[in-house]
Amino acid sequence: MRHVISVLLENESGALSRVAGLFSARSFNIESLSVAPSEDLSTSRMTIVTSGNDQVIEQIIKQLDKLLDVIEVSEITSNEHIEREIAFVKINNENIDDKMMEKFSKNEFLKIHKTKNSEIIIECVDSPQKINDFLESVKNIAIKIVRSGAVGINSN
Amino acid sequence: MKQNTDNNKEKYTGAEIFVKCLEAEGIDLVFGYPGGAVLHIYDELHKQNEVTHILVRHEQGAVHAAEGFAKSSEKVGVVLVTSGPGATNAITGIADAYMDSVPIVVFTGQVRTALIGNDAFQEVDTVGITRPCVKHNFMITDVKDMASTIKKAFYVASSGRPGPVVVDIPKDITEDSCEFEYPDKVHMRSYRPNIEIKNNDINTAVKSILNSKKPVIYAGGGVINSNASSELTELAKYLNFPVTNTLMGLGCYPGDDDQFLQMLGMHGSYEANMAMHDCDLLIAVGARFDDRITGRLDKFSPNATVIHIDVDPSSISKNIKAHIPIIGDVKDAVKQISKQIIEKKLKPQNIDEWWAQINEWRKKDSFKYTQDSEIIKPQYVVDRLYDITNGDAFITSDVGQHQMWAAQLYKFNKPRRWINSGGLGTMGFGLPSAMGTQFANPDSLVCCVTGEASIQMCIQELSTCLQYGLPIKIINLNNRYMGMVRQWQEFFYEKRYAMSYMDALPDFVKLAQSYGHIGHKIDKPSDVDDAIKDAIKQKDRLVFLDFITDQNENVFPMIATGAAHNKMILS
Ligand SMILES: Cc1ncc(C[n+]2csc(CCOP(=O)(O)OP(=O)(O)O)c2C)c(N)n1
Repeated sequence: MRHVISVLLENESGALSRVAGLFSARSFNIESLSVAPSEDLSTSRMTIVTSGNDQVIEQIIKQLDKLLDVIEVSEITSNEHIEREIAFVKINNENIDDKMMEKFSKNEFLKIHKTKNSEIIIECVDSPQKINDFLESVKNIAIKIVRSGAVGINSN
Repeated sequence: MKQNTDNNKEKYTGAEIFVKCLEAEGIDLVFGYPGGAVLHIYDELHKQNEVTHILVRHEQGAVHAAEGFAKSSEKVGVVLVTSGPGATNAITGIADAYMDSVPIVVFTGQVRTALIGNDAFQEVDTVGITRPCVKHNFMITDVKDMASTIKKAFYVASSGRPGPVVVDIPKDITEDSCEFEYPDKVHMRSYRPNIEIKNNDINTAVKSILNSKKPVIYAGGGVINSNASSELTELAKYLNFPVTNTLMGLGCYPGDDDQFLQMLGMHGSYEANMAMHDCDLLIAVGARFDDRITGRLDKFSPNATVIHIDVDPSSISKNIKAHIPIIGDVKDAVKQISKQIIEKKLKPQNIDEWWAQINEWRKKDSFKYTQDSEIIKPQYVVDRLYDITNGDAFITSDVGQHQMWAAQLYKFNKPRRWINSGGLGTMGFGLPSAMGTQFANPDSLVCCVTGEASIQMCIQELSTCLQYGLPIKIINLNNRYMGMVRQWQEFFYEKRYAMSYMDALPDFVKLAQSYGHIGHKIDKPSDVDDAIKDAIKQKDRLVFLDFITDQNENVFPMIATGAAHNKMILS
């Protein structure tokens, strides 16, 4: 099962590699990882998307908690939560007709950026599932896709 | 160099502060090896008498010595090595300490901060290389952080589940200066080693303990680390429950006690493994269910309720699901259980039938051997060593068959007497760890039970032993084979003995002599006793006893990898 784990950790050099190293050393899955300073600049908050059975997820949480730079770990998918991800898709103008363009402009989650050459960049901010759907719909015309990985927060 | 500043506070160099921190921590012994990056520190060590530096002959030896020192005392072992190759040579020892939860602090020199990342001479990313095999590591990037980081390092190494901590110190930090004050408290918001035990868990555990008809206590190294041997023994005696120990736990319960089922696991006793398989209650205390213990996971203790007491939450339900997890210090947990049972004079179930079954299993006498020929059986040497030393020596060991025979046949009655490399299984551990053990216990008898392959992995330390007059007794069980490898090849590779024959062996007697020690070769069973007794009489000399033993002996019982506990090969 897919799980989103939120980790609060010391904003110290090496903290990120401790987490990344843990995942590879213990062969835990890592689908995406994103990290940035939190409300307290001495800490960072990291969102990790992973998958595994209950026992594996329990181990991931315990092992993360055991790292000395980690202050707090929570699994957020088991409660109400919000998840967002950003994706950029570069498409050649030639592959877009007016109808598609109209559809894109009407979608409130999409933003269209023009470039100096014959390409456009579509910016999409949405839940990972919606991003998947959108990317699926443009997969034949996309020249380049850049995804951020999800960030999440509990909403209950 | 002391400098007076405007406000009259004295300033000290990083190197001076380093030594002051060790003093403040009460450290009197450091195992190490000098090199460019740590020369300022060595210069300061040279100028004082509080901290003694022991010069090893290889950095791996320094770390194993610190491990032996820590395991055989209740203190933290300390290591000092230079950058680059000094640090990489120390890695095996650091990984060993990590696997066996040994509290050590390893200080590594590093190139100047301005050079870091430039592939400077003798630069390695020590923090990066050691990250997966330390409890934690630090790099000091400002001399003002020196004292607080060292304080943290000792605190982290010795609290909670102990482990190795590496502190990387760039050379310029040892030159820079600042004021010195050693903090008396540590605050780390992200490290909380003292977990409060939940009353509820204790109560549930007590209930199942009092209800069990087929209990077994499975005690590991965590009991020794938390100094809970006497508490656990008292509880087990009161309950009349059978006790088995892991390789790391030997000595945490008296080895010659009637309730002791011997060691369990791959080369454990028949009764211990059968009891583990058939029990209805498994009380795991400071043990971690590693694969050498459990064998095939889905066939492990199929009918047991599992109580698991451990200070490390991640050890619980990692391999085997714990029905009743108790997270916290082992000693506290055992005390709390005892309080509920012994103080209230509650009685467990009558388990006579269970004992009758266990005694039936015991009849297999699964560690038996016969010394009938003119060739020395390796087990016989360990047996005689046990008898002659009254089971009271410190025994270190290397890795292989000899290690298993020492574990099976030397009955340890006290904790911290059996010093071996369990988790990593590091050949080369025996001799340097014996040095550390001897330093921690200067008036005690320290023996290193080893094999002719293992001993050669850190043989250079014989020189250290001479320099510091360490009267270690080396018991070399010389079967001219990497015996444990040969055994696997005999069983699982149709006797194709690839690379396991030890060709071109040195003459160990002459080798010992050339290092300035006493050496004897013994090849008759009738000479074994005298050789051991004479060696022990040499109170201030290292004696190397080279026992020429049976080449074909195997370690039994054996549970093949991936087999269930009730599928033991007995002979
Ligand atoms: C550093 C290291 N390399 C390889 C091994 C694999 N290994 C395990 S036991 C063993 C043989 C040990 O031979 P010896 O020291 O003679 O002991 P014996 O088994 O003969 O008693 C080997 C090579 C190891 N444990 N450690």
